[in-house]
Amino acid sequence: MEKFSYVNATSLKQVTSLLSDSGWGEVMMIAGGTDLLAELKEYIETPKTLINLKTLPGMDSISADASGLKIGALTTVAEIAMHPTIQQDYTVLAQAAASVATPQIRNVGTLGGNLCQRPRCWYYRDETVSCLKKGGDICYAVEGLSKYHAIFGGDPVYIVHPSDIAPALIALNASIKIVGPEGEKTIKVEEFFTLPAANPFRENVLEPNEIVVEVQVPKPNPNTKSLYLKAREKGAPDFALASVAGVFEMMGKTCQTASIVLGGVAPAPWRSTDAETALTGKMINDSVSTKAGEEAVKNAQPLNDNEYKVPLTQNLISRAAMMAASK
Amino acid sequence: MASWGEASQSRLIGKRIARLSGKDKVTGKAKYTYDINRPGMLYARILRSDVAHAAVMDIDLSQAEALPGVKAVIPLTEAGRNLRYQGQEIAAVAAETDDIAKDALRLIFVELEELPFVVTEADAMAENAPQIRDWEGNQSKPGINEQGNVQAAFEEAAVTVEATYHTPVQTHVCLETHGHVTEWTDDQNLTVWASTQAVFGVRNDFARRFEIPANQVRVITEHMGGGFGSKFGPGVEGHTAAQLSRITGLPVKLMLTRRAEHLVAGNRPSMTQHVKAGASSDGRLVAYDMRGYGTGGISSGAGFQAPYVYHVENRKTERFNVATNAGNQRAMRAPGHPQGAFAMDSLMDELAEKLGMNPLEFRRINDSSEVRQAQYTLGAQEIGWHRRNTVPGSGTGVKKRGMGVGSGQWGGGGGRGTQARVTINADGTVEAVTGTQDIGTGIRTAIAIIVAEEFGLAPTDISVKVGDSGPGLPSGGSGGSQTTASVAPVIKTAAMAAKQKLFEHVAPLLKAPVDDLRVGTGTIYVASDRTNTVTWNQAAGLLGQESISEGGNWDQELRQGGVAGTQFAEVEVDTQTGNVQVLKIVAVQDCGLAINRLTTESQINGGVVMGLGQTLLEERIMDPQTGRMLNANLEDYKVPGTYEIPEIKSIVFDTHRKVTGVGEPPCIPTLGAIANAVYNAIGVRIRELPITPDKVLTALAEKKA
Repeated sequence: MEKFSYVNATSLKQVTSLLSDSGWGEVMMIAGGTDLLAELKEYIETPKTLINLKTLPGMDSISADASGLKIGALTTVAEIAMHPTIQQDYTVLAQAAASVATPQIRNVGTLGGNLCQRPRCWYYRDETVSCLKKGGDICYAVEGLSKYHAIFGGDPVYIVHPSDIAPALIALNASIKIVGPEGEKTIKVEEFFTLPAANPFRENVLEPNEIVVEVQVPKPNPNTKSLYLKAREKGAPDFALASVAGVFEMMGKTCQTASIVLGGVAPAPWRSTDAETALTGKMINDSVSTKAGEEAVKNAQPLNDNEYKVPLTQNLISRAAMMAASK
Repeated sequence: MASWGEASQSRLIGKRIARLSGKDKVTGKAKYTYDINRPGMLYARILRSDVAHAAVMDIDLSQAEALPGVKAVIPLTEAGRNLRYQGQEIAAVAAETDDIAKDALRLIFVELEELPFVVTEADAMAENAPQIRDWEGNQSKPGINEQGNVQAAFEEAAVTVEATYHTPVQTHVCLETHGHVTEWTDDQNLTVWASTQAVFGVRNDFARRFEIPANQVRVITEHMGGGFGSKFGPGVEGHTAAQLSRITGLPVKLMLTRRAEHLVAGNRPSMTQHVKAGASSDGRLVAYDMRGYGTGGISSGAGFQAPYVYHVENRKTERFNVATNAGNQRAMRAPGHPQGAFAMDSLMDELAEKLGMNPLEFRRINDSSEVRQAQYTLGAQEIGWHRRNTVPGSGTGVKKRGMGVGSGQWGGGGGRGTQARVTINADGTVEAVTGTQDIGTGIRTAIAIIVAEEFGLAPTDISVKVGDSGPGLPSGGSGGSQTTASVAPVIKTAAMAAKQKLFEHVAPLLKAPVDDLRVGTGTIYVASDRTNTVTWNQAAGLLGQESISEGGNWDQELRQGGVAGTQFAEVEVDTQTGNVQVLKIVAVQDCGLAINRLTTESQINGGVVMGLGQTLLEERIMDPQTGRMLNANLEDYKVPGTYEIPEIKSIVFDTHRKVTGVGEPPCIPTLGAIANAVYNAIGVRIRELPITPDKVLTALAEKKA
């Protein structure tokens, strides 16, 4: 990696002022470092300054009350996965966190880092390949090897968003608190992520001088069933070939509302309103759940090597719906 | 004549005995080449080609040389030469720290003219493909072999199957990457710590390379983190380390990165075979016609076994190599066998199905190995073969189970070329020294067991010194599953000779003839009067200022070649996700005399895991667009983890009391067993490895449509 100076963060004000005006890549933030260090070692990123966020006070805890959760951005993935209240009332989130990588990575990787992690695309991760995402001319996945790439929303960059936690948070209607030089703002996690058509170089709306500080999750209704299903080639560690975060308000076997957000299939977590519509108000059975899966993938646009993601995604949605109705 | 004696007479041989180095390994006390640090040592790195094919126009080392902390920079190619695969060496740097060495690599400026490349077999064989080596159409002259009358036999066949089977390039994934620490004590004496399978081979190679006497090179490999056939020589990286060391006068450590390990440190070649085979109505395999090829990268050597294991009278085979701009193949655990076994065992099941026969019965008819016939019976019983689907894919539910069987064979049996000494010191301590190397297979423990058995001691009483050419007791490289069978007879005869000498010292004291003496447990006694006894230490004490040190000799009667194996797999396929979970593998493997049953079982376990990885996960992925390997890491090059490892029932199948060896064969039958089990589960055959979810889902979708 290139040499950089290392600054311990003392306050958010200091962090945003260090970030200000530098543009992307000059000054970067590090917390767990499980993604960033790999990028530095591979010379994908070559910042001049790294700000160590782990010295920021009060950003690494989970508070749960009757209205919901507040999770500091420096909370580790492991703490989310093992939190009893999250396991009980926000199951999809605990399951998504538990499916991330390995125990070692979950123990140091943070919520903020998980949401802001960069793509795993093998062209992007190869320093010697200049692809569209890195300012080059083409997305090599279009004509090249695209087994792990997007079937939704790709154009013009066909990466998939690698986060497991993001689809779960969106399915739970969570919000994200962002601090910048002008102060703080809170937006829906769903609005945080962007597609390459809007910006081929970034995966979210964060400005170069902004920082994610907290995630807020409203408490689901008591009749909610939620779950996360992740298909992968290897038990662990592996990123999702496709995943489904499902949050269902159930009355017996009848689905009152459904929130279905997909991972591993698009450059951003992908809400399937088609699947949600197919399930809402329905008694869940084989044919309803199958229909929901079919609806979800009817507009899929697979590349050369990832057509399998279409039935896979369809099947995962059906399975999630059936599981919500059965447990 | 020496023999290993009856099993009932063995106190240690054939028992399950913990590896002597186990504790050191799990506590981190064991030092691998990676762990060696020498005073003043420099760190070296190699600059490698990013591209698959290019002409070198110019190399400028000056800026790297000027970087503070850099002690030497050397070119490894020159202007006017071509780089023929990604990862090929361009230049090397030695520096005070590894970080400086890394930085210096980025200050080497290379001007390349990129050339057309082919990185896949299909591209290499395409019309108008650029010719990348001295083979027309990038294809070697085919080797053709014909026996019997194939055409007539097909006419006789009741059923025929025509199919294409493919296995991709697999890399060795040694957990310890290739590398060396090199140190010149003066310009004629070199010491090398090497991660190698051949201590003496590496010694001789360095001696030739640097034109110094072989006895002035010392190679040390105390512990080694995996080779699987890829670590027989120093390679470019070893020579480079020694050269940098010579230039700087300082020790140099040069270990390959994981990326380089995938790119240049060897691989198992791919295999594609188009095969047509026929069987008679009574289940005899009568005709076999195969045309196949593989790529070993820019090198040749992409052979495979076809037909395999099962006998077929009339056969025609045609094989050739395809050249691609990719790193060279090297021997990899049972070269050519797993690929061949996958194709053959798949083919056998396809034929059996057409005949309406149980695939196991079909094998029995065509397998002339009596050992495997018995293994079929035992394996079928252990897996519960009667529970398999008689109609493939007939299981109900989303997750479908199936069973399959596969077979393998191997040689082993050892060979001449090992020298060893067994020494008894006057204080009763015992040393066994030989120049073999323990590459993880447990030869250190096997040697201790053999000597301890001979002397009536415990394995932990024996100090075993291997992995060092210093004592000047050569032994061959650890390949071909030959180590134990090569070393064991020499150790055994050395121990016998040393014991005889000790008996000669003891005989006068016990007032008994030498041939009436025997070892007990820590004692020597008179066979005709068991009360007449001395302890081992008392006996050794008779040596006074002397010690006994005896060499051994190669004894044909203590070893034998040829092993057979069969494996049964039970899998569960998730038809919604395409995931294949192997539930159980029953591995029935003969290996001749198992010196140590525990490490033999470990060998079988390891072989099964490796075979499972090749069947379900592993594949070198080359990108035709960029010429790059896209998964030169352990994120996208997937090897089995704990979630993938099934219950493994490793059965050491005792056949005879001669040492044979079992390093390679247990990785062979796994592929066919799992692939056939997947078919039995879902009723769709996948003829291309690895069997990943995308292939399963695609196959299921095609079946549905």
